[in-house]
Amino acid sequence: MLRVLFALLVLLAAPVHAQEDVVLGMSQNRVAITANFDGSEILIFGAVKRESEIQQDPPLEVLVTVSGPLQPVTVRRKEKKLGIWVNADSVEVDAAPSFYAVATSGPFGDVLTDVEDLRHRVSIPRAIRSVGAPMGVEDAQSFAKAVIRIRTDNGLYQMLENSVAVDEQTLFRTSVAMPANLTEGDYITRVLLTRGGEVVSSYETSIDVRKVGLERWLFNLSRQKPLLYGLLSLAIAIAAGWGASAAFRFVRQGG
Amino acid sequence: MQIYLPIAEVSVNAFLLLGLGGIVGILSGMFGVGGGFLMTPLLFFIGIPPAVAVATEANQIVASSFSGVLAHLKRRTVDLRMGTVLLIGGLIGAGFGVMLFNYLKSLGQVDLLVKLCYVVFLGVIGGLMFVESLNAIRRTRKNAPPAKRKNHNWIHGLPFKMRFRVSGLYISVIPPLIVGLLVGVLAAIMGVGGGFIMVPAMIYLLGMPTKVVVGTSLFQIIFVTAFTTLLHATTNYTVDMALAVLLLVGGVVGAQIGTRIGTRLKAEQLRILLAIMVLVVCGNLALDLLLMPSELYSLGPAGGH
Repeated sequence: MLRVLFALLVLLAAPVHAQEDVVLGMSQNRVAITANFDGSEILIFGAVKRESEIQQDPPLEVLVTVSGPLQPVTVRRKEKKLGIWVNADSVEVDAAPSFYAVATSGPFGDVLTDVEDLRHRVSIPRAIRSVGAPMGVEDAQSFAKAVIRIRTDNGLYQMLENSVAVDEQTLFRTSVAMPANLTEGDYITRVLLTRGGEVVSSYETSIDVRKVGLERWLFNLSRQKPLLYGLLSLAIAIAAGWGASAAFRFVRQGG
Repeated sequence: MQIYLPIAEVSVNAFLLLGLGGIVGILSGMFGVGGGFLMTPLLFFIGIPPAVAVATEANQIVASSFSGVLAHLKRRTVDLRMGTVLLIGGLIGAGFGVMLFNYLKSLGQVDLLVKLCYVVFLGVIGGLMFVESLNAIRRTRKNAPPAKRKNHNWIHGLPFKMRFRVSGLYISVIPPLIVGLLVGVLAAIMGVGGGFIMVPAMIYLLGMPTKVVVGTSLFQIIFVTAFTTLLHATTNYTVDMALAVLLLVGGVVGAQIGTRIGTRLKAEQLRILLAIMVLVVCGNLALDLLLMPSELYSLGPAGGH
């Protein structure tokens, strides 16, 4: 219901400005996780298609977001009890993206108003959905903040202000560095065009992040035939143990 | 060279893993411990998810123990009979341990229990061994004859006696069964082989000669960790084969070197070194619990409370 309303609002809001659409290109629309995968840098570029003349004021600004699959996360907080630090309160954050990057063409506050941010869930805190805290936990907010802090430290959440280059209000480009510890899934990539902090146009596509080759095979085997996978692991372990023993015996006798 | 681990879903340096495997392998060969109590915390430290670290470590211990036991078999320092008795206890214990682990997981606080287990067991055993070995070294310095072990204690009054020729013992099967059982439970909870508990128990409780203790404990560890690996692989899907291979390549080579170093050292020196190592790891973990952590919050997958 909300979505329909929101779609209507977008439709109604659009004609206020002249029609502007995004034409998007990406250096790659899939990320293959191979055995030597070490992160990936994705170049996102595009142009603004419009029928009418370029509106000069307010200037066109561009926001690009890349979001990994949403997952529920349990956040625990340590407390000192009987002299040792133990996990005490825990809060379940209903849906937090495994990866989230926001790139903007200017300071975030100038590029997007707070109302629009709320509506489009653009900034990092808004991208995380946390419904309610259990009874007895007072500062549930600090748990959601902890998710952002920890993931920002790990390079999983990135706020990249002033990193989208816009030329002649028409061409734009940016790059997002994805770290090595990615989870599989469809990474939703959004481009929002704004004028005076209001979203005038948006475009959405996805980057397919998948394991391939040996990684894919091992992963599938471990899920589909776990017993076989376990036995194979053991067989490798025993063979390696025996092999090393035999090799050392050979070296000793030879030398 | 970075390598992406398919199950752990992180990218780590392959040479770092080989090196870690090698160092832990050397210790494994020297002391007859699986090395899990060192490796598991090290894997946490380099960013492997704990569940994957524990399960994969079990798999790696199979390899390094197998390599070690072959060297011991050749020197006839494995008491197969004693090993089998310990193993029967171990398998039963591991089964219980996994059930206990899952029960505690449903209550929460499983991390705390694991850490407390580490601190208590490592502290007590390390302390006892350290004092004992120090006394033994002092005695040999004075050229006094080594103190005779108590040959007759309550253990010798128990029924179901069995002759363990390689160890030169004629004792009841109940104490080794219980030792095996306890080690099995702890192995499942702490994600280790349990050698660091079994070795002292065999020396001090069962009165086995130090020479056969190492080989025999390795023998038991192989089967218990193999069982644990299969349990983890089939229930939690957390065994990372790529990680295991890298660790075990380093590990098996290290174990061979370690076994040879072990035969050159005196039993007392070996024991005091093991004691120091156990105490260092224990101290490290205790500090973790006592000092205020820099990050109070931690993230985990949902559902597992």
